Amino acid sequence: MNIKDYENGSFLKPLASLQYLFKKPHTLRYPKETKPVSERYRGLHINDVDQCIGCGNCRDICPCAAITMEDPSDIRPIEIDKKGANPVRPKIDYGRCSFCALCVEMCPTGSLKMSKDLIYTSPDADAFAWIPLEEQGRKPGFVQSDEITPLMLEAEEMEELEPDVRKRSFEEMVLGFSEEQARKEAMRCLGCGICMQGCPAHMKIPEYIQAIFDGNNEESVKYMLEDNVLPGICGRICTHRCQDDCVYQYRGDPIHIMWLKRFATDQLETYEDVELAKMPQTGKKVAIIGGGPSGLSAAYHLSTMGHSATIFEQRSRAGGALATGIPMYRLPIYELDKEVGNIQSMGVDIKLNTQIGKDVKFEDLLNEYDAVYIGVGLSYGRSINLKGEEHPNVVQAIDFLREVKVDGRREISKHVIVIGGGNVAMDVARTVARLQEIKYGSKDTSVETVSLEDWDIMPASQEEIDGALEEGVVFNPGWGPNLVILDEKGDIKGLEIKKVKYVFDENHRFNPAFFEDQKRMIEGDYIIESVGQMYDFSFIPKEMFEKLKFTPRRRIWIDEYGETSLPGIFAGGDLVETSKGDAISAIANGHRAAIGIDRYLREKK
Amino acid sequence: MNKTYELFIGPNHPGIPGNFSLKLALEGDTIVSAKGDPGYLHRAFEKAMEGRYYIQNLALIPRICVPEPDINEAGYSMAVEELMGVEIPERAKYIRTIVLELARTATYLFWMGGFAATLGLYTLVQWTVGDRDYAIDLFSDICGARVYHMYIWPGGVRRDLPEGWEEKVLDYVKYIRHRLKDYDNIFFKNVMFKYRTKGLAVVTKEQALEWGATGPILKAAGVAQDVRKDDPYAAYPYLDFEIPTLEDGDSWSRAMVRRIELENSLSLIEQAIKKMPKDGSVWAKMPNPLKWNVPEGEVYAKVESARGEHGFYMVADGSGKPYRVSVRGASMAHMFTIAEKVLVGARLADASHIMVSLDICPPEIDR
Repeated sequence: MNIKDYENGSFLKPLASLQYLFKKPHTLRYPKETKPVSERYRGLHINDVDQCIGCGNCRDICPCAAITMEDPSDIRPIEIDKKGANPVRPKIDYGRCSFCALCVEMCPTGSLKMSKDLIYTSPDADAFAWIPLEEQGRKPGFVQSDEITPLMLEAEEMEELEPDVRKRSFEEMVLGFSEEQARKEAMRCLGCGICMQGCPAHMKIPEYIQAIFDGNNEESVKYMLEDNVLPGICGRICTHRCQDDCVYQYRGDPIHIMWLKRFATDQLETYEDVELAKMPQTGKKVAIIGGGPSGLSAAYHLSTMGHSATIFEQRSRAGGALATGIPMYRLPIYELDKEVGNIQSMGVDIKLNTQIGKDVKFEDLLNEYDAVYIGVGLSYGRSINLKGEEHPNVVQAIDFLREVKVDGRREISKHVIVIGGGNVAMDVARTVARLQEIKYGSKDTSVETVSLEDWDIMPASQEEIDGALEEGVVFNPGWGPNLVILDEKGDIKGLEIKKVKYVFDENHRFNPAFFEDQKRMIEGDYIIESVGQMYDFSFIPKEMFEKLKFTPRRRIWIDEYGETSLPGIFAGGDLVETSKGDAISAIANGHRAAIGIDRYLREKK
Repeated sequence: MNKTYELFIGPNHPGIPGNFSLKLALEGDTIVSAKGDPGYLHRAFEKAMEGRYYIQNLALIPRICVPEPDINEAGYSMAVEELMGVEIPERAKYIRTIVLELARTATYLFWMGGFAATLGLYTLVQWTVGDRDYAIDLFSDICGARVYHMYIWPGGVRRDLPEGWEEKVLDYVKYIRHRLKDYDNIFFKNVMFKYRTKGLAVVTKEQALEWGATGPILKAAGVAQDVRKDDPYAAYPYLDFEIPTLEDGDSWSRAMVRRIELENSLSLIEQAIKKMPKDGSVWAKMPNPLKWNVPEGEVYAKVESARGEHGFYMVADGSGKPYRVSVRGASMAHMFTIAEKVLVGARLADASHIMVSLDICPPEIDR
């Protein structure tokens, strides 16, 4: 354009606009005519309340505080027992909403969307806040994207030793996070706390992850110790139910909560500086039978409450299955020493090599102490009445693992069969693989597992199965052991197995059936049974044992304070119904029993 | 006998009592003094930002300037990116440029209507506001919102362009070019426009520089200054454009500068669409917004708005929320240092025209 053309105004040029008198207007006659709205329109919300888990991340990010989490059951019933979910759903106040759609971007399940609908009128001012539902029939507009999302969907990679390296020793195979990795992983956490429901101990996970993110490992461990006395151990071997609940599972990788815990505890040589506050001494004494995770947990918390706790442990090391069962490559012994040492430094007395019933009488404990806690766990292997299992080369997993870990056994035969498909069976198989590598360099050796369960229902965790496969363990899933086959010299030649028809019957009860005509033999000269454990209550006098109430699943009955049917006697760990058979549930019910014991002692005059 | 009387102009926004207004003292119909009153528009944007996560402010900042919200998004995002040391992808730079220039055209169309209306020509406002809606449709396509886009965010932009959007933008450019002829005929070449604006509310080069004018006011006074050239951001360094300048510094020159700028914007949009990488990321991955630990530091990020320099001064203390955000809106400087002076001596009938000629945006004055 030339500015000179504009210098002199014109009288006539404006008249050119008269042409528009004869043109169709470009405006729409609303509401007769409407304009299609854009595909990404940010209108009123839509929420699939069945997919929504009530995590509250939408509320946390909302810049306008327009979102509250409320119970939707009056309007639309939802499944409230859903795992890893809160029974609340977002309610949006459209008097506040700015339609920025950050809530949609932050939704970890993808249930929240914005619709193409923005028109709503009501004479009632309170009618502008509601719980959005799919049933309201709005069409989706702005939805979240997987490429551009403020959520950090990918987890940090954890470095592990390569299979051929780790097989050569019992070196810890998971290497742990570096500081940078840990901070990055901690940064992913949204702090919604859904994970706390999954953790049997209800650890303060968002708080300790935030502390790791802030670089304050002391504070992080302090949060951990409030609910879990063995955080470093749980950072290695926990069944991490928290991670199963993590909201990231819906759109990415769950946060490695367990390994973050390990990182924070590894940074501290001792927990001296982060100990919990100790209550004044009460002078009460509590005897704790069994130095496993539940006993250690109960003892620690009792001592913070001002009671003096004494642990009686029949083995030469405290820690129960942690000390004797879990192989070194998963849980190094120094970690156990560190955390048990921490519990001892709180004033807990641990009497090792002391068996109740033999070295000390149970009745004496009742007389000498104000309360007794039984946490002996399931410390004996369970046999499956296999034909030929009386042979000396048929052993129990728990005994085998103890011999390797505590007694330093390195003797192993060349062909080993492991019966079982659980995590303990994996521990056994992987331990055997290591021993064979050390002794024979894996030349002409084999380790095979036999499990009733097929791949899809195998109880072992996927990580363990993958690890075992990498280390050369051969699986026979869907086969059951029939009998031990001996050669003419009386040595074991192999194990005859038969094909499984089904493991669970129509009532979903464990009741395996077999195809009796499909049998084969797997070769091996050493058989390790790993099909479960049981308890031994022979230390309890008969007349008392009769009064002890059991649950239908043959666990000790306890009330909500962890007290058994015998007053003053408490129980926890794997012995009670609330246990899921892992360390963290034992730690959790040990802690709960400690609270119960404290209450009992304070009420007892 | 001369008698001075006071006249209160505004607020005339029906929704907001207590909005920005002018207090004039007049003798006859000649203004002898003018005082801007920010009123009760103040919504404590800057203070409110200190209590929110960086990303939450995204919902707040576009509201600082309603007709042109994108400059706020861009300035804020650039400040955060500089603090966090984030380099945005090439494609995002071009998309930002297109969006910013599109917003500039929309703003000038809006302004053009208001400008003509204060001179009594109401046809143009019907036209330009109607045509501006086509730009709004384009915004709605990319981000789902008409006015408060919240499209540009730290790291780039929120979504890639939808299929076929570039063609729609080029159609819009073509359409506005065609319509500019109509605007010229009815307004810019209209003799009444010349009579009413020539020599009115002159801000000379010396005054403009002394009073800290930026944008069209400075360009109309003959100073070629533009943030897009002086301190290039987004994809401006890769694009070819001239800074329009005129000499007189009066209302006519300012209007013409904006008229030329509008055409420049159309050309910039075309260039950007042509040069833009056809694929690639549009967002540099940012961390979890609840845990942005923006490193300690301070930054001033500025963009060229339709009104002049628009900047964000930000201080970060290493936490997840800004320690201080201060917005440098062009309207604040233009109101209290320029409008109050040039209104003096003008006639009452020109008062509202002069305000639009300086393009004062009330929410920018009082943030």
